Amino acid sequence: MTYLAKPKLHHPSLPVNRLGYTRRDYEGTVSTLCAGCGHDSISAAIVQACFELDVAPHRLAKLSGIGCSSKTPTYFLGNSHGFNSVHGRMPSVLTGANLANRDLIYLGVSGDGDSASIGFGQFAHSVRRGVDMVYIVENNGVYGLTKGQFSATADRGSKSKRGVTNMDAAIDMVSIALQMGATYVARSFSGDKAQLAPLIKGAIRHRGAAFIDVISPCVAFNNHPGSTKSYDYVREHNEAVNFLDVMIGRGPITTEYAPGELREVVQHDGSVLRLRKLREDYDPGNRIIAMNMLQERAAKGEIVTGLLYVDPQPVDLHAHLNTVETPLNQLGERELIPGREILEHLNSSLR
Amino acid sequence: MPQPIQRINDFVIKFANVNGSGSASANTLFAKAILRMGVPVSPRNIFPSNIQGLPTWYEVRVSEQGYLGRRGGIDMMVAMNPQTWDQDLKEIDPGGYLFYDSAKSLPRSRFRDDITVIGMPLTEICNDSYTDSRQRQLFKNIICLGALSALLEVDPNEIAQLIGEQYKGKETLLKPNVHALQMGRDYALAQLKCPIGLRVQRADRVGERIFIEGNSAVALGAVYGGATVCAWYPLTPSSSVAEAFTRHCKRLRTEPETGRNRYAIVQAEDELASIGIVIGAGWNGARAFTATSGPGISLMTEFIGLAYFAEVPAVIVNVQRGGPSTGMPTRTQQSDLLSCAYASHGDTKHPLLFPEDPRECFDMSALAFDLADRLQTPVFLMTDLDIGMNERLCDPFVWDDCRRMDRGKVMTREMLDAGADFGRYLDVDGDGIPFRTYPGTHPTRGAYFTRGTTKDRYARYSEEGPVYVDNMQRLLRKFETARGLVPKPVLRKAAQATRHGVIYFGSTSPAMSEALELLETQGLHVDALRVRAFPFCDEVSEFIAAHDQVFVVEQNRDAQMRMMLVNECAADPARLSPVLHYDGTPVTARFIVREISANLGMFNIAPLRKLVS
Ligand SMILES: Cc1ncc(C[n+]2csc(CCOP(=O)(O)OP(=O)(O)O)c2C)c(N)n1
Ligand code: SF4
Ligand SMILES: [Mg+2]
Repeated sequence: MTYLAKPKLHHPSLPVNRLGYTRRDYEGTVSTLCAGCGHDSISAAIVQACFELDVAPHRLAKLSGIGCSSKTPTYFLGNSHGFNSVHGRMPSVLTGANLANRDLIYLGVSGDGDSASIGFGQFAHSVRRGVDMVYIVENNGVYGLTKGQFSATADRGSKSKRGVTNMDAAIDMVSIALQMGATYVARSFSGDKAQLAPLIKGAIRHRGAAFIDVISPCVAFNNHPGSTKSYDYVREHNEAVNFLDVMIGRGPITTEYAPGELREVVQHDGSVLRLRKLREDYDPGNRIIAMNMLQERAAKGEIVTGLLYVDPQPVDLHAHLNTVETPLNQLGERELIPGREILEHLNSSLR
Repeated sequence: MPQPIQRINDFVIKFANVNGSGSASANTLFAKAILRMGVPVSPRNIFPSNIQGLPTWYEVRVSEQGYLGRRGGIDMMVAMNPQTWDQDLKEIDPGGYLFYDSAKSLPRSRFRDDITVIGMPLTEICNDSYTDSRQRQLFKNIICLGALSALLEVDPNEIAQLIGEQYKGKETLLKPNVHALQMGRDYALAQLKCPIGLRVQRADRVGERIFIEGNSAVALGAVYGGATVCAWYPLTPSSSVAEAFTRHCKRLRTEPETGRNRYAIVQAEDELASIGIVIGAGWNGARAFTATSGPGISLMTEFIGLAYFAEVPAVIVNVQRGGPSTGMPTRTQQSDLLSCAYASHGDTKHPLLFPEDPRECFDMSALAFDLADRLQTPVFLMTDLDIGMNERLCDPFVWDDCRRMDRGKVMTREMLDAGADFGRYLDVDGDGIPFRTYPGTHPTRGAYFTRGTTKDRYARYSEEGPVYVDNMQRLLRKFETARGLVPKPVLRKAAQATRHGVIYFGSTSPAMSEALELLETQGLHVDALRVRAFPFCDEVSEFIAAHDQVFVVEQNRDAQMRMMLVNECAADPARLSPVLHYDGTPVTARFIVREISANLGMFNIAPLRKLVS
């Protein structure tokens, strides 16, 4: 396999964002995934979200584990540093990177095998530490890269392409994230960019552990009848509870809404999450209600999508550790090294 | 009955205690008081993998000559643990002394008649003076210490002074401790024959030296080395490295204006996460380290391979110990050499540093961060339980305020703006070390995608054979560069020209120094080389080449250092004779002398006992 540089032909009429970048500036190299793979649509949604949010590409670091999903960071944000780490361990690498420099945006991309099987522990622990990150699981219910074995998110009773029925219970990543204390939790579908891109935007502007589970069909190994992660199945069972619009500052509300239909959440950084309620009874401000609701709907066979929970005032790992404002990787001798005199005092206390 | 042993400033005393009985602080007071009298001591904790109730021992070697290795043999036993009574009694050398709590009488058959038995009704004295059971227990240790001060002529004022320093500002604790000390001392002076044949006499042999545990020194080295991120998972005997780092940072790394921390310490969920955090931080330009032991290294190996190939700096402290997680975790060994030097999959090798004592723990810890940044690779600091968890007398720490951190080849925004050709894996200087950029450096230049080996010089994806080989060859060149950067070995020439040599490293050092002196008095001349790092400097091959027979002394079963020497220096195995000590106790001079002299065919040497005294 060789490296395919994408020709960067800038059409003069391409719209630019406030930083003067076009959408193309947020792309990466040409994807080598299967045509129609859900993961590519997620990459496109990431590109759109970053473009629209005026994210400076070099101020974002993208980290991943191993898998088809974890390969995707090469296919977006070509001007961002990326780290394709080891299988299931993206969360720890991201945590370390975040500790070193709190000023960058950290985007973790993972698969369901990567995060629900081998890396289940790291996923849970990075979330419970409140690492300021966007954690996206591109969830296809199988191991794509190793050719179609069941992953831990495959539903009990679902059938593999070879006709084998999965008898193990499925891990619901969203429920776990809620339980582990994630402060921004969403689920979406790679086939619904209109829903997904704003969810990613909201997560980027969230200053805490933001988790998005994106159902992302694997056309090669898990898109057949009997699969619960196929395009057809997800479209049929998708139950969006709300629709999100992310505003930087509070803009005017242009469309008419029925009373109680619109809800605004102002995040810590001033960004506004404008939620259009699609289900009357859903309240994304209450973790316990959200968790109950998820269980109830899942029992009915619905795949609930949308912004499921948000805490607009999250407390992140740096706050827990009381670290200085200046990124640790920018501290020099003066701040870090106590010097000779102090060492001599120490010496005398050791006699 | 043999003559009771008569020795001044040269004996071994062992305290048999019960874990969790508060004996540790009294033990330290004993050792430090002797140090304050100007007489070198080297204490060693011998403890089980347990918190409370099981036996522990504290063995103190008093040696005016300054021998800090374990000697072997016990001159006096302070037997405070009925559970280990028989075993403890057996250990005493003939003519030695037994001090015990005589509150409960024991049949004659439980004693020996070739030693001097000194009984003191400690429990009775305690029960008469204190009502609270915790107090009874704690002060029993101090009363015992008071009695020993009289028996061994340890200056009680030095002990009282130390107690004063320990409880500065806590008068309520200070007074009763000093009182208990005096009580024990008074009893001994009145009721026991003082002093005994073992005595401490003021000398001037300690000088400016300091007394500290290796793990604390490693942590302090990390502070001075500029480490800001530490991720760890508790594992004896390495935990106290991270704990000490936390303590040092609290005092030395707080931003004065805000009270906020110039460091981040994470107790991770396991060693996989610890090393992952370290690698993420190192990739992002912070100096980061983890401390662990053998089982932790095993868990980290996949990540270590990634860091080697992706060329991410990381410092890994391995406080070595015996075997898997049951049995030997609280015993010392040097048995992770191979598992660290060649840790991981594919072709990998890593620099290792071997400190001999806390002073070198400090120096090499700070150095490790420079090396990791300069070489962009994981660097291992290979200590062990013997240095790590025991206080050891060593030279004081020194620091040059002009010293700057060597952050290695980092391409800056200015360099990128000036049009520098950035290839993440491009060998621009011929030393195998490429430039790296920190994430966030430049809006349009210098970003790259980090992955294992499937990449070319410009970090673009490639699975081509020649591209892979090109990269692997460069990594070898980098390892060659490392050879010139790591600490050189230390040569100690014998008094006479000799064809015999010995190679040793790490915590074997004090036992080896003593052994060399003993061999010399026997007319056995051996040149000695203390290896301080891997990759081996040229001096190591030259040393082997210059001797017909080279003993390789190490604390493991499989002669791991010897294997590496054969492998890396193309040395003739027939010339490298293994001297292996691996029962979990620190190697002794007696052992080394016995092995080497036996091997040299000198069977008619003086008995060891005489040799040592
Ligand atoms: C330690 C280790 N074990 C196994 C593998 C092989 N492996 C590579 S990707 C993968 C599964 C990926 O599944 P998922 O995370 O769901 O990603 P997808 O390909 O489905 O997007 C496995 C098992 C590996 N790379 N490393
Ligand atoms: S195998 Fe599946 S997951 Fe992988 S690229 Fe193809 S469709 Fe996508
Ligand atoms: Mg998958």
